[in-house]
Amino acid sequence: MIQSIDYVAIAAPLILALVAGVVLLLDAFLPRRTPGALGLVTLAGVVAAFGVLMAQAAEGGRRRTFCVPDSLGGGGCSFVVDRFTLVMSGLALVAGIVIVLLSMAELTDRRIPAGEWYFLLLSALTGAVLLPAARDLATLVVALEVVSLPVFALTALKRYDGRASEAALKLFLVSVVSTAITLFGVSLLYGLTGTLYLERLSPALSAGSGASGVVSVAVVLVLAGFAFKVAAVPFHFWAGDVYQGAPVPVAALLSVVSKAAGFAGLILILVTGLRDQATLWGPVVAVVAAATMTAGNVLALRQRAALRLLAWSSVAQSGYILAPLAVVGGRAFTASMSYLVIYAAMNLGAFAVVMAISRTAPRNELDDYRGLASRRPGTAVALGFFLVCLAGLPPGLAGLFAKVVVFREIVEGGLGWLAVVMAVNTVIGLYYYIAWTARLFAPGPAGASRTRSVPVTVAVGVAVLVTLAFSVAPQLVLSASG
Amino acid sequence: MSWIPIAMLAVPLLGAAVLLLPRFAGRVPRGYGLAVSGVTLALAVAMAAVFDYGDTARMQFQTDVPWIPGLDLRFHLGVDGISLPLVVLTALLTFLCFVHLAGRPQSRPRALAFTLLVLETGMIGTFLALDLLLFFVFFEVVLVPMYFVIAVWGGPERRAAAVKFILYTLLGSAVLLLGLLVVWSQAGTLDMVALARGNGIARSTQILAFLAIGAGLAVKAPMWPLHTWLPDAHTEAPTVGSVLLAGVLLKMGTYGFARIAIPILPEGAATVAPWLGAFAVIGIIYGSLACLAQRDLKRMIAYSSVGHMGFVLLGFATLTPVGVNAALFGNVAHGLITGLLFFVAGAVKDRYGTADMARLGGGMLGRLPYIGSLLTFACVASLGLPGLAGFWGEMLALFGAFRPAAELSRPLFLTFMVIGGIGTVLTAAYFLLMLSRVTHGRPARDRGPAVDVTAYELAAWMPLVLLTLLFGLWPKALLAITTPAVQAILPGVGS
Repeated sequence: MIQSIDYVAIAAPLILALVAGVVLLLDAFLPRRTPGALGLVTLAGVVAAFGVLMAQAAEGGRRRTFCVPDSLGGGGCSFVVDRFTLVMSGLALVAGIVIVLLSMAELTDRRIPAGEWYFLLLSALTGAVLLPAARDLATLVVALEVVSLPVFALTALKRYDGRASEAALKLFLVSVVSTAITLFGVSLLYGLTGTLYLERLSPALSAGSGASGVVSVAVVLVLAGFAFKVAAVPFHFWAGDVYQGAPVPVAALLSVVSKAAGFAGLILILVTGLRDQATLWGPVVAVVAAATMTAGNVLALRQRAALRLLAWSSVAQSGYILAPLAVVGGRAFTASMSYLVIYAAMNLGAFAVVMAISRTAPRNELDDYRGLASRRPGTAVALGFFLVCLAGLPPGLAGLFAKVVVFREIVEGGLGWLAVVMAVNTVIGLYYYIAWTARLFAPGPAGASRTRSVPVTVAVGVAVLVTLAFSVAPQLVLSASG
Repeated sequence: MSWIPIAMLAVPLLGAAVLLLPRFAGRVPRGYGLAVSGVTLALAVAMAAVFDYGDTARMQFQTDVPWIPGLDLRFHLGVDGISLPLVVLTALLTFLCFVHLAGRPQSRPRALAFTLLVLETGMIGTFLALDLLLFFVFFEVVLVPMYFVIAVWGGPERRAAAVKFILYTLLGSAVLLLGLLVVWSQAGTLDMVALARGNGIARSTQILAFLAIGAGLAVKAPMWPLHTWLPDAHTEAPTVGSVLLAGVLLKMGTYGFARIAIPILPEGAATVAPWLGAFAVIGIIYGSLACLAQRDLKRMIAYSSVGHMGFVLLGFATLTPVGVNAALFGNVAHGLITGLLFFVAGAVKDRYGTADMARLGGGMLGRLPYIGSLLTFACVASLGLPGLAGFWGEMLALFGAFRPAAELSRPLFLTFMVIGGIGTVLTAAYFLLMLSRVTHGRPARDRGPAVDVTAYELAAWMPLVLLTLLFGLWPKALLAITTPAVQAILPGVGS
């Protein structure tokens, strides 16, 4: 049988993969090593992929490819472009643009090999764009690994830094274990149903009698694998060390792109694949969400280093994103998507500012931000805005509305206790966000701002504009994901 | 679509945004904040002038445009007899704060003007909003600016006080949000006007929602035992912070009862009202006893707010037009009088370098006759002397408790009334005790001459003095505005 492939549908991941190869070749054959040029090529590739997505969105139609006809028994499509795919892939690509900009600043000192860096970055983005389109278990797991594997290497690329190596090793070990667990769960699901297609999974499971114990085990194992990706409790321990050890752009990649990919996979498996088994996984997700937001917030309370604080805060935010998924039935997962999109914008902004500061204060402790408002007012106001957004208070309306959307789904879904846990967590979270914000405006050591990096400034600007747009018109997100 | 409410929000917000321009770095023009808040006050006065007093129960100056369809959130603004006095009060107090600042410039004037203008936007927006979520958004807008007012321009313990303030009130807001979302999920709309007309929410859900919304508002009001953030915040805040905190922010909590909790959830209100009343009278007694034990002038005024807000909440708890009217009147009166008290206390603190009553010594009337007399006036107004504004709120609240709504237990509310009456006596006791310690007696010899009241201070205080007299002598000026609106929100309740 000859399969016809819709190349338009797979254009975005294809472009990214091709550009990744081109970057590697350019790095080998260009006479002078020019990290700037490689960065621009990478940027062009990501923007082109994003353009393709925009064109697909404007066209509006669903595209599907890699399909097996029903005549072969158990047909289905492995690659589907629909609204969900477009939103999640678009998120990954816009985040990718910001991360490439941050990378340009990170790579200026030439101690990190630029070609490998951009190659790995583009590979991870390829996986992140592929994953939301995947509609069978095998593609899903492969895409997830395409996101994960380059990230270990990226973390370890700061070879001269012991902490980076340690972080990479930690990330590698936890990730490999979680992948193994996921694969075990997937194999159980396949064994029970005889199909890999998400669409057919749920009916097959419902039809099959008995073996409910095996189904529960399979569901829990698959959940566990994804829980690692999104740093949910009890697989959250890696976050602090890895975020601090990794270069800042990689930490941003982990906290936004990798996390978005994890959530995309989770939503696909739970909402599409296991939708009729919701009574099985709903309570588990609710408990995990509550534990995740609480653990993340409590751990963030005592941090003194900016990146560690962001690490735990992003664990806590994972909890908020998970919470609507616990609502059984309905379209509650759209609330998760909305939160994820808004979270990505504000969190990337915070990382961009942290990147800007790390150039003058390598240790990047919270006390380095004291008096930032008098030294670099624009940067300080931007960071203050992002932090208040993450806390979910006006003037950070984007964060506030994101929380309201999540609260609404939980309350309507009847999970009152989870809403109360989340309300308390919002307050705990505010403590460290506001303490950091207050440091920005406290009197501090005067000193001229030295190096100002153009790519980082552009990255901060993009994040500010997007977050402001989401604040004034959250409808942009809500209608796209709804 | 009416432009006045939008302009009232846009003017301070744009005024604050303009301050962000780089050309204002370090040198904000003198009187800039005064001008912006003056325009806002002029708009508020214009609104009050054009307001149709023949029909104060109707929402006037309405604007209703969709903002976020995905959340059902509409940009719905309007005023009626309940919100109009509070809107004008807010604009007035903010303007007077800028008058005060013009006479006594603080450090970092640009940042302070920016913060106060954002604060004003949030406060006015809270009173104008007619959409539950929009109300919540404005309710939250005030938190961050007020945090910075306390944390940057406050006293020695400002950090801890500011953090306590923002965490405590955010916890209240989060619970409030849950309550609002319960209402939304049951009734399917966020429009306060439509919700107040009747929404068919089941009784048990109403009780749950009232508890959540009430708890959220009670933190802000504050109601005993949720008041513990207030004394620290008031004591550490700078004068303008204390004035706006006491004068306006506390009213946002009590206004929520009149606008959301009672009209939208009448059955929940009827069930919870005895508890609300009980906590209110405990607050009255607790506030007065705490005042008796205070040594710091500002802290004492802060605790007196707990007592006064107890009367306001008792008024709401009666669920009668008389009681709710009393609460709304007490709201405005407390804003005027306590605003004045904090202004005067701030002036005393500036001159003596301390607000500790023992160290202030006696004889203020001899040393600073004008400030001493104004302090006496404000205290006497606050303790509820007939003929001044403070009297009517307390008297009517007690009167409302004398004849509570039909579904409430009368003996219980009679008990509340008696306890509240004892509270008024205690209130008089601590104010008079404080006056006898501070204003009377002989001034200590070793103190040098001090400047008595300045022109700026007089300009900032006199409007409050005059309005206190006006509403004290002619309470109908205010009651005539609120009464029809109150009767409209209590349709199911007798009398």
